[in-house]
Amino acid sequence: MKKKRVIALLLIKDGILVQSKKFERHQNLGNPYFAVKRLSEWASDELIYLDITDKNHSLNLSSSKKSFLGIIEEVSKSALMPITVGGGISSIADIEERLAHGADKISINSVIFEKQEFILDAAKKFGSQCIVASIDIKKNGDNFYIFSEYGRKLIKEDPLNILKRVQDQGAGEILINFIDHDGMKNGYDINLINKLSECIKIPFIVCGGAGQWSDFKEIFDKTSADAAAAANIFHHIDQSMYLAKNYLFENGCNVRKPQLLEI
Amino acid sequence: MTKICVLDYGSGNVRSVFNLFNSINQSVIISNQYKDIKNASHIVLPGVGSFGSAMNNIKLNIPLGILEEEVLTKGKPFLGICVGMQVMATESSEFGKHLGLNWISGEVKKISADLPLPHIGWNNLKIFQNSKLLEGINEDLDFYFVHSFKFHLNDSSLLVASSEYGESIPSIINKENLFGVQFHPEKSQVAGKKLAINFLKIK
Repeated sequence: MKKKRVIALLLIKDGILVQSKKFERHQNLGNPYFAVKRLSEWASDELIYLDITDKNHSLNLSSSKKSFLGIIEEVSKSALMPITVGGGISSIADIEERLAHGADKISINSVIFEKQEFILDAAKKFGSQCIVASIDIKKNGDNFYIFSEYGRKLIKEDPLNILKRVQDQGAGEILINFIDHDGMKNGYDINLINKLSECIKIPFIVCGGAGQWSDFKEIFDKTSADAAAAANIFHHIDQSMYLAKNYLFENGCNVRKPQLLEI
Repeated sequence: MTKICVLDYGSGNVRSVFNLFNSINQSVIISNQYKDIKNASHIVLPGVGSFGSAMNNIKLNIPLGILEEEVLTKGKPFLGICVGMQVMATESSEFGKHLGLNWISGEVKKISADLPLPHIGWNNLKIFQNSKLLEGINEDLDFYFVHSFKFHLNDSSLLVASSEYGESIPSIINKENLFGVQFHPEKSQVAGKKLAINFLKIK
């Protein structure tokens, strides 16, 4: 049987691993290589790396991009697991560059709203399995909106239309970030996830709000999400991913059993 | 002596496949050169993407006559991964009809189960027969899959293991020295590494 996935998401800003709150406050977590090594040790089902360097405020954009690609290249050499890479993608050449540095899948966000056919072109060239449409959602009362440019720009188009469009254009997966829950440790937005999932027919990943292991279980028990992603929760506890997977496995969730094989 | 040749026809996962084998045995190269295919003890064909474009690129980049001599005539251990397994089939119906290498009789067709495609993520095996590839690997271990099409074997005795995704999907096939895996050992962490080690033990 196919398993539900638990995914570690790593945010890199100006070449440094950071943690974030509501997409705004960023705290420095230091050298990304060590964190990566820790998270890669067999338990995580996948890794997602997002470069959230602010292109308008970065002191040295080209060196920050270089260190990001360097991290991806290092990780992909030893991780032997699926790696999704996103942030700063605006052309087919950007995708090629990241694949050449070891990415397996590319997460595409702001350019979806700037070039209407971008997902279509990218899926045609690299295959749907390579293209993850990344959508950032923020609530306002009972309504919800999609934001681009890392939460800075409101998109007026109906969010459900956008979800439908990226699927029609050939995205292989959708990654949904819930901005209000980012870094808040208050659990995932189950109601909104269920509302969105009604119009999603491809595998989707949710992120934002995980504060305890049971929050992952709630995702798998109450929604049709294929994967739960989280960032902060994995940074502060030793062997966090192993503990998370073990909790889920022991509590009857359909996840990969952690560490079954020694070689 | 073990020498691994990973064939390169522009498939996106060539580097990952190289990294996997390189973590076990450093005599691995990415190459389509006549001498490297001839000198290799083990040949690996990676694959990501669609059947038709993979076959086109294989024909353009890989000296098929030499490969077939080494693999089909001399019987060198061969491992096809994902689309690299599927192209061993007779034909495929992915985006129109395409002829495969026809090394293993069968057809590649879209998964028909009413579940989200691609079939993406970790799935375990149902093992039908012993295989050198599966030494130390049991039905509890998961491997990483990304695909929407599956291999329909004409000779079901070649099925080593399947995986369940609304229907049975052949995940390991084997005909003599030819091995095919639908999943990605290069992305399957320790389980994939174990399988790669087993492959290299096959002489």
